[in-house]
Amino acid sequence: MTSDTETAHASTVDSSTTVLASVRARPAVGWALLGSEISVLFRRKRTWAMLLALAAVPILIALAVRLTESNPTSPGRGPAFLSQITNNGLFVAATGLVVCVPLFLPLTVGVVAGDTIAGEASAGTLRYLLIAPASRLRLLAVKYIGAAAFSLAATLVVAISGTLIGIALFPIGPVTLLSGDTIGVGESFVRSLLVAAFITVSLLGLSAIGLFFSTLTDVPVGAMAATIVLAVVSQVLDNLPQLVWLQPYLFSHYWLSFADLLRQPIAWDSFGANAILQGAYLLIFAALAYGRFSSKDILS
Amino acid sequence: MTEAAAWSGLAIETRGLTKRFGRQAAVKDVDLEVPRGAVFGFLGPNGSGKTTTIRMLLGLAAPTSGEARVLGHEMPREGGRVLPRVGALVEGPGFYPYLSGTGNLHRLDSADRYAIGRTRGARVEHALDRVGLGSAATKKVKAYSLGMKQRLGIANALLTPRELLVLDEPTNGLDPQGTREVRSLIRSLAAEGTTVFVSSHLLAEIEQICTHAAIMSAGSLVAQGTLDELREVGRPRVRLLTPDVALAAPVLRTFGMAVESHDSAPEASADGREIIAILGDDSIEPDAVVAALVAAKVRVRGFAVERTSLEDRFVALTGEGFNVDQ
Repeated sequence: MTSDTETAHASTVDSSTTVLASVRARPAVGWALLGSEISVLFRRKRTWAMLLALAAVPILIALAVRLTESNPTSPGRGPAFLSQITNNGLFVAATGLVVCVPLFLPLTVGVVAGDTIAGEASAGTLRYLLIAPASRLRLLAVKYIGAAAFSLAATLVVAISGTLIGIALFPIGPVTLLSGDTIGVGESFVRSLLVAAFITVSLLGLSAIGLFFSTLTDVPVGAMAATIVLAVVSQVLDNLPQLVWLQPYLFSHYWLSFADLLRQPIAWDSFGANAILQGAYLLIFAALAYGRFSSKDILS
Repeated sequence: MTEAAAWSGLAIETRGLTKRFGRQAAVKDVDLEVPRGAVFGFLGPNGSGKTTTIRMLLGLAAPTSGEARVLGHEMPREGGRVLPRVGALVEGPGFYPYLSGTGNLHRLDSADRYAIGRTRGARVEHALDRVGLGSAATKKVKAYSLGMKQRLGIANALLTPRELLVLDEPTNGLDPQGTREVRSLIRSLAAEGTTVFVSSHLLAEIEQICTHAAIMSAGSLVAQGTLDELREVGRPRVRLLTPDVALAAPVLRTFGMAVESHDSAPEASADGREIIAILGDDSIEPDAVVAALVAAKVRVRGFAVERTSLEDRFVALTGEGFNVDQ
């Protein structure tokens, strides 16, 4: 790249970029950044590691139950429905989700949501995204949708991995619901997906909290830890009898309330109440995140 | 629009631009004027407020007071309209280490709503070729050297044709060959009509390519103008080496010269001391000065008339040494 060849090169680049029509007259909607966000998120090794760890949870449960099944003298200490698994493999997915909701899912969602802005800041890419330019509002929206997409993927991974291992290790058949009715195998898959949808919605508030924390710092680990700790604290408070007045407002209040989806007919009350609560958290923390981020000096 | 009309057609213009962090002012009352088509050197030692000024120009930080206009638009308010026409490298490159060079540029280009997605692949390839990274395009950035990352940062600034390039310390981490390449790249971009605003703490690096320069010191703009204007601010000086300092000074003064530093002259050697005097006006003949010195029995062991280089000017304005300001 000497001076002479550079000049020659420059002119060829110039003419070809004109032919390439690199710039449009009116701005596009900006979906390209969302596509890029989702693709970068799901190409990251860390994302895959977390999804694999989540997939391992129902597998470990199923294996443990399968291996102790032949030894009925030790009933174990797990939840009551653990023993159901041996009768019907379709219960493995539900069991896996119940086990993951209190900690594993909030942990992984906290990592992704806490990383949204702070991770870009610490990598030095935030300033380049903003001068590209991605407007701050658009970047926040894209980041939030990315975290929500991860919540959905994480929940589905547990449900699917649980269903597959259940089918592989145990007999399957019609499922008896909590209301006593019996549904077929196909219908039980639909119910599993409904439960996964319920849990995904449950994680939307936490994702918004993580997004807000992420705008406060340039240290992603700090935002991740704060998000995860808050998820644990919220669940602890939800179990203190002295705080009954507060509990309906805690974002984790309905996390395990998907039992209504396992009745015939389905009772949608808790799904609706959960959606409204999560929507409120989303609005509040998205507004806080925008309030903080829109006026923040990017010095990272 | 009347307010806009008051602003001239400069590529960058700031008025009273100030940024405070707490009580400390990182940038104080800066009035920059960067003409279109210029290669503008933005000079200053580390910590003099160059990068903070650039962050304000690009809308990354909001000024505490004052205004900044880039390509005629107010920053940061109109950044969405201006920034697609501006390519920038700010405070070193920043990339996703787990993506390839190509992957990183795709990612950043997709954030620009004006960039056409259909041509993205070809444009990324061109930009990488232009900075000499074509062969490392598919390597993960974590395997890049600092110089390669710096080149990738410049490639990012070239993804679409830009009217203005803001390059903050573009030769940081580059070897001499890379430095030369960046200089020739800047030259060729300027030849295409792009305004280039390039900051550096190494004067020698950009003196050769700049048409204009500004010098920052401790947050303030201490000089700006064309390179010739900046050089002319320093008038020709006489450098005299003699053991007879006490005799020489009055003689020089009779020519109307201001004698500098004869008390503090550090390099007292066997040959005597060095006296530096400002040659008042160009009509004084150096020959006549030497003749008068000899006539006054001053032993002249060395005599030179020199014009200040921009470097002298830079050092005079910003101070010497390694101390970071403030």
